[in-house]
Amino acid sequence: MPQAATVTASATPYAIEVEDLVSYYDSRRILDEVSLRVRPGEIMVVMGGSGSGKSTLLRHLLGLNRPAAGRVSLFGADISQASARELYQLRRRMGVSFQNGALFNSMTVEENVAFPLREHTRLDERTIRIMARMKLEVVNLAGFERLMPAQLSGGMIKRAALARALVMDPSLLFFDEPSAGLDPVVSADLDELILRLRDALRVTILVVTHELDSAFRIADRITVLDQGRILITGTVEEVRNSPSERVQNLLNRRSEEIDVDPEEYLRRLTD
Amino acid sequence: MRTFIERTGERTLGAIEELGYAFSLCIESLYWLLAGPFLQQPVRLSAVVAEMMKIGVLAVPVVLLLAFANGAMMAIQGLATLREFGAESQVVAGIAYSVTREFGVLIAAIVVAGRSGSAIAARIGSMQMSQEVDALRVMGVEPVRHLVAPILLAMLIMMPVLTMFANAAAIIGGGIYTSMTLSMPLAVFIEQCFDVLDWSDLAQGLYKALVFGTLIALIACANGFSVSGGAEGLGRFTTRSVVLSIAAIVVADMIFTYFLNR
Repeated sequence: MPQAATVTASATPYAIEVEDLVSYYDSRRILDEVSLRVRPGEIMVVMGGSGSGKSTLLRHLLGLNRPAAGRVSLFGADISQASARELYQLRRRMGVSFQNGALFNSMTVEENVAFPLREHTRLDERTIRIMARMKLEVVNLAGFERLMPAQLSGGMIKRAALARALVMDPSLLFFDEPSAGLDPVVSADLDELILRLRDALRVTILVVTHELDSAFRIADRITVLDQGRILITGTVEEVRNSPSERVQNLLNRRSEEIDVDPEEYLRRLTD
Repeated sequence: MRTFIERTGERTLGAIEELGYAFSLCIESLYWLLAGPFLQQPVRLSAVVAEMMKIGVLAVPVVLLLAFANGAMMAIQGLATLREFGAESQVVAGIAYSVTREFGVLIAAIVVAGRSGSAIAARIGSMQMSQEVDALRVMGVEPVRHLVAPILLAMLIMMPVLTMFANAAAIIGGGIYTSMTLSMPLAVFIEQCFDVLDWSDLAQGLYKALVFGTLIALIACANGFSVSGGAEGLGRFTTRSVVLSIAAIVVADMIFTYFLNR
């Protein structure tokens, strides 16, 4: 079995801690002092519309972006300050299911799932193959080992990506838009799978999504992001009953009126 | 309105940044090739062999064809020119020197830049677009170790090999035409080539092969990682990779030739 990595970390009751995170894209402020805490074994859903900054937040959590200010910690270790070795060890404890799967197109489904084991362990080929097939069984993809990613449907790609994310037995799982592009039935199946995984493996899960139904089905707590700021973090009921107009607009799929200064608008058009 | 000076400044800074990025890819690849085995993150031999296959073995037929044709053309031009001076027998030395020092490696490099440079840029670019590169990073697999280092090593091994194939094919191409025109047996032509050639002539082509291979690998990988803007961007960076590689090869060749033949 893959060995758990050890990382220099301070004692903390949280699996994920984000403190006053600020992020820019060129001169545009994408995240504005975002703070978030996720407890071990919890399913946290980060929700928001397009351009709310949720994908940028996820990239920071994965250590793919460097914060302009603030701090992102996983298991108590600040990933923006972590050395290459510490980041390597942290990443061995993480599994990520990307929006479009991000399966390696040149490899079969089984090779994709086995890839992290081949890279990070010295297990023999037979064991690697058995472990990869076990994970494919977990996501109901047994029998599809030899297919190439291009031969799979959207839902199957997401499940294969999940099997790859699970193969190192991570303590922390990230999902980027798990329901995007899936029909309601397949989407509900995937939600069930996420819940089963949490219950069976006691893994901490962070899901980034804009799908309300999916979010309410799986979340222990929800964070609502809007224009780079957190509007509310709370249980499903707390979010549903939020008095915030912006939160209610998002929940009821109402587009927001954007105040437009006529002179500023004219200047933009003619500049 | 942006001024010409602003645009020139931006482009210059962009070029310097790109050069620095390609250089950092080179250093990082060498680091993984040398230190990877000690960090339990080696560059996979299977990946290197796969790249050697794609870059080298599969390019052999086209390199042989182009080099053979180039050798024959040099013989045709050489004999036509030397005939005016009654120095047709000197064509052997002319072909032998120019092939081993210059044209063998140039043909191999241009074929590899066009064939593999574009394929590498497109492959890494499409991996970048489909988040496969991000997936590698979050799995704790450094993309430079996994993608760039095998390409660089394969290039360093296969470019000299392709150059030797190109040298042989060009000399045979030139030899066949010369033997038909001057009634000189092909074996005699080749023997005379060996007589006039020195190890340093072959080495000149082989040094260049290492430099050109490095240039093609780094330019292709740097362009692949820079892909943005969807399918249109992928096409743009792939084309850019080939154009830049060939330009870099020709300029580097000129600089090399100047210093090695003074």
